[in-house]
Amino acid sequence: MATLKINGKSVTVDVEDDTPLLWVLREQVGLTGAKYGCGIAQCGTCTIHVDGSPVRSCVYPVGALSGEEEITTIEGLSEDASHPVQQAWAELDIPQCGYCQPGMIMAVAGMLNDNPNPTDEDIDAEITNICRCGTLARVRKGIKLAVEKA
Amino acid sequence: MTKASLLSRRGFIVGTGATGLTIGILASCAPSGTEADAPDYSDLPPNDEVNAWVHIDHDDTVTVRIARSEMGQGTLTGLAQLVAEELDCDWDKVTTEYPTPGENLRRERVWRDYSTGGSQGIRGSQDYVREGAAAAKAMLIEAAANEWGVPASECTSENSVITHGSSGRTATYGSVAGAASKLAPPLEVTLKDPADWKIIGQAKKRLDTADKLTGKQVYGADIQMDGMLNAAIKQAPKIGASLASFDASAVESMPGVKKVVAVKNPFGEGNNAVAVIADHWWQANKALEALPIEWQGGVDFSTAEFEAELDEGLTAEEAFVGNGGGDLAAAFGAADRMVEATYNMPLQNHACMEPMNTTALYTEDGCEIWCPTQNGEAALAAVSEASGLPIEQCEVHKIHLGGGFGRRGMPDYVHQSVMLAMEIPGTPVKMLWSREESMMHGFFHPTTKARVRGSLDADGNLTGLHLRISGQSILAALIPQALQNGVDYATFQGLLPSGVDPRLEDQTLKYSFDNFLVDHAMRNPPVRPGFWRGVNLNQNAIYLECFMDELAHAAGRDPLEFRLAHLSDSPLAAAVLQAVADKSGWGSDDGKARGLCVMYGFGAYVAACAEVTVDDDGALSIDRIVAATDPGYAVNPQQIEAQVEGSFVYGLSAMLYGEITYEGGEVQERNFDTYNSMRIADMPEVETIIMPSGGFWGGVGEPTIAVAAPAVLNAIYAATGKRVRQLPIKDQDLRNA
Ligand code: FES
Ligand code: FES
Repeated sequence: MATLKINGKSVTVDVEDDTPLLWVLREQVGLTGAKYGCGIAQCGTCTIHVDGSPVRSCVYPVGALSGEEEITTIEGLSEDASHPVQQAWAELDIPQCGYCQPGMIMAVAGMLNDNPNPTDEDIDAEITNICRCGTLARVRKGIKLAVEKA
Repeated sequence: MTKASLLSRRGFIVGTGATGLTIGILASCAPSGTEADAPDYSDLPPNDEVNAWVHIDHDDTVTVRIARSEMGQGTLTGLAQLVAEELDCDWDKVTTEYPTPGENLRRERVWRDYSTGGSQGIRGSQDYVREGAAAAKAMLIEAAANEWGVPASECTSENSVITHGSSGRTATYGSVAGAASKLAPPLEVTLKDPADWKIIGQAKKRLDTADKLTGKQVYGADIQMDGMLNAAIKQAPKIGASLASFDASAVESMPGVKKVVAVKNPFGEGNNAVAVIADHWWQANKALEALPIEWQGGVDFSTAEFEAELDEGLTAEEAFVGNGGGDLAAAFGAADRMVEATYNMPLQNHACMEPMNTTALYTEDGCEIWCPTQNGEAALAAVSEASGLPIEQCEVHKIHLGGGFGRRGMPDYVHQSVMLAMEIPGTPVKMLWSREESMMHGFFHPTTKARVRGSLDADGNLTGLHLRISGQSILAALIPQALQNGVDYATFQGLLPSGVDPRLEDQTLKYSFDNFLVDHAMRNPPVRPGFWRGVNLNQNAIYLECFMDELAHAAGRDPLEFRLAHLSDSPLAAAVLQAVADKSGWGSDDGKARGLCVMYGFGAYVAACAEVTVDDDGALSIDRIVAATDPGYAVNPQQIEAQVEGSFVYGLSAMLYGEITYEGGEVQERNFDTYNSMRIADMPEVETIIMPSGGFWGGVGEPTIAVAAPAVLNAIYAATGKRVRQLPIKDQDLRNA
């Protein structure tokens, strides 16, 4: 049993302690925005926020949470896709297949929480998500547009 | 609403209805809700479809039926643009839906081909899709004309409104769609002159973006249904091995576990996999990892051994001829000097971001699946075959794909999911492969090598060229009936003469050579190959275009001028090459290291110029890419640009990191830690020149991949004097030669 704060709501789940947060969100809570891509913290499709910082939820055991943390998923990033990152993504029509994009958007939004005006070097260091469709060039433009919009 | 009417025709759905399943995916391409202040049409009966391609609601919402799959390349939006153009409808009112493959079968394949690959999504269906839309428009106009008692020829259409010329009366499409649906289709339609296009050629935003920004988009891996169980599967790690035994009792009491089952080999005899079915996937996967399993048999294949076989093929006496002409022996005999190089391409995995998956429901009455597939009809056939049920009792619900790249045209995972669902009739079972399974059990980009030799005369002219490919044939493994007298002509993509095979007319060589030979020593390892985005064009572009660069340098000629000298018969190929040279600053003395590549494939002309730097430690930085493409007609320029950019990520990821190797019959690279993909730090700026010359329909999703690696490899030579002839670059020393 664990009680978690997810997107501003308190949620109780009955789950073994070693279950990664990704699978708790997807299978117990029904929030499937965070995706499974690798399970070993390599691809970033599972990125969510814990207290505003980006976290790869596929390797984050639910037992490591105290229950006090604010967990935010793509579903809770904004009510109506109005977060500057989502707006920039819409304006530049970034997603292709879209499977990596919830993780990409959360990684970018998380970076901007800590560093509202990242340099290209910051982006290179902090955004290491994989996108097999290859939206990376537009993602960089999107980050810059999101900074302008914030 | 049309979606409802489509779905209600599913005769087999009895089982589904009886179990009262709520299915969380059908909204994925449905129109968004009506606005609060919109007129209320609820008293009116819903309109029937105008025809198979188009349904129009009373409120003018146009639903376009899309047979091809959307897997990221924007095909859905492009096809909708084609329909909207000929329909003269309001683009803002357009939405889309996938008619099911079962519905296609019941309607005598009215939507024709569902297969999405070969960059055919738009170019392979543009004619009949546009004709369908033009027919629908004619019926709408006729319905309005009938109502007004005027000749249809006096009416015009624009933006979903029909106007009668002399009276000025108007009718919206929604108001006449019901009447139009009762009319006979016109016997003949005339398509618009491309000069009159208003929607085709426009940089429209994609129709499928909104839900991809909020987590709402449902992929196969996300499907939730009432009572659904989840399955994790492990396939024999070794090629050709089968399941000997497993000890279910060791895991049966683990949390959530419902059943542990052997799974039949979809392509052969016996069982070659085992699956755990549990309440949740995480539980299933954990139990599967703890499950004692014994495998038997299999092939002790290793990449190193196979390389020796490929090397033998490079100089073998016998080889299939793909193209050639002139007198090569004479040219080589008279050479002032010979140039020779050998290139080596590894196996590569598609590595779709979304691992393989399918959800299946089997009942006595039928079997249906929810599946991200590139080929809905092949998936339907697989459901029938695996379940043993007549195809009429089977159905496939297509879902947007989390990447396809050719992998999801194969039906292996569909078979498996049906077999798992048959273990628990009446309960939907979602089978999801782990990333490790997806890496190990791919249909890989084939492995080939090439030995290329060229003769130069004293003036540095290329007088003879022999390009020998040695290696794996995709067709021999997957579609042997498509071989012609044993020859796999697809191996020669981009190198073929015109007229050898109508299906490969879009993959011909555009260079003119006096004396040349392109041949293939087929050497097939026991590894299954597949159609991997760009297919054989990718390797062939490296072989041809890196070697053209080697020849130019050996001849002391400018690589641009050297290429253009052989492109006089193909002004369109010369034009894309010249365009990237001009824009990139080719030939300027700014000290930048640049490399070029030009190819023709999938019916499109593509070229690239790459700029790189290699520092003293050998670290490569790809600084800038200029790319040009001439696909004939450019349906949506901003999406073409996105595909060109994405093609560099796909092609350069392969060049930098992509390599599947075998030891003891098992794949060694099992996740992204050992099978890396390009990150944003590696990604150059891409400047895309779209130069549609009109008059033909070329592909977009694949051709540019082929020019990515050769342009960069040639630039690396310009920077370092070093030739990289073996991919991936990974750990190779790039320091100055
Ligand atoms: S699924 Fe978590 S990083 Fe890949
Ligand atoms: S958009 Fe498809 S993987 Fe990123």
